[in-house]
Amino acid sequence: MFETLLEQARVHKAKRITGVKIQVGALAGVVPELLESAFDAYKKGTIAADAVLTMVKPPFTVRCRSCGNESVRDDFVQVCPACASTDLEIIHGLELILEKIEMETDEPPGAPD
Amino acid sequence: MTKKDVFVLQDILLSNAQTAAAIRRELESRHILAVNLLSSPGAGKTTLLEAMADRLRGKARIAVIEGDIETERDAERIRAKGVPAWQITTGGACHLEAKMIGKVLPDIPTDIDFLFIENVGNLVCPAGYDLGEGLRVVLLSTPEGDDKPKKYPKAFTTADVLLLSKSDLRPHLPFDVEKAKAEALSLNPKLRVFVISSVAGEGLEEWIDFLFQARQEILSRA
Repeated sequence: MFETLLEQARVHKAKRITGVKIQVGALAGVVPELLESAFDAYKKGTIAADAVLTMVKPPFTVRCRSCGNESVRDDFVQVCPACASTDLEIIHGLELILEKIEMETDEPPGAPD
Repeated sequence: MTKKDVFVLQDILLSNAQTAAAIRRELESRHILAVNLLSSPGAGKTTLLEAMADRLRGKARIAVIEGDIETERDAERIRAKGVPAWQITTGGACHLEAKMIGKVLPDIPTDIDFLFIENVGNLVCPAGYDLGEGLRVVLLSTPEGDDKPKKYPKAFTTADVLLLSKSDLRPHLPFDVEKAKAEALSLNPKLRVFVISSVAGEGLEEWIDFLFQARQEILSRA
């Protein structure tokens, strides 16, 4: 993740990275506290030294292939509450995504990405 | 100074996913089915591979990659069965990653039918890393207890096959096969479940028949 952060900072000629937002799905297998500690350890001495890490946690969400119903299952069970079908697609909960980087640049506002 | 928000929307494990995809393509072009075996330590992964080495002799060409934190022990057990085996010692990491498989891949014979990858014994972290396998198999053994699927959901949610292993120990331990099966299937209705014993032989024939069938299906789909 830090490779991407620093690369994006170079591309956008950033002076500082002030914030990083990531999505950690409920079943991504990542412990938010440990990720935060790792982030704090990595950022020292980089242009992200003062960056604030924000995590959003998409719940485990399934979509029924039979009736199209979408439901959140905190117990990770795959059964449609509307029609009892077990033919479901996991649409959220497994993701581990770098969503957004907030930075300060010398570029004028509205410069192309 | 301007403030700027850059929307990246990129998988944080992208580099693992890309390596895994390249491995999958390479193995498919060689007509090899890779099987990623995961379970807690001591669920019987290596013993299963030993039993399969005996049963597949003359029927299929196989190779094994062993993942452990330390020692060459598992690879030695597999080699003793006449099967080529490579040991990856992670030196502390609790799971294998695609890059580690990629390093070994050039040494793997090109004319094999199955490549078995025995992951580091751990029912948690290995579930998060695609290794480029065609089939992901999770083992749950009788002594571990029938209540494990919901306690360690991701391994069961992401697997294709569940092997309920050490069935020969059932007379001695309170393990409800139907309960374990139902709980795992509630997390993943597409799981194929086999009850096996690597020492007594129960279920091995059905499991191996399934493997040949899966190889054909997966490789023809590719």
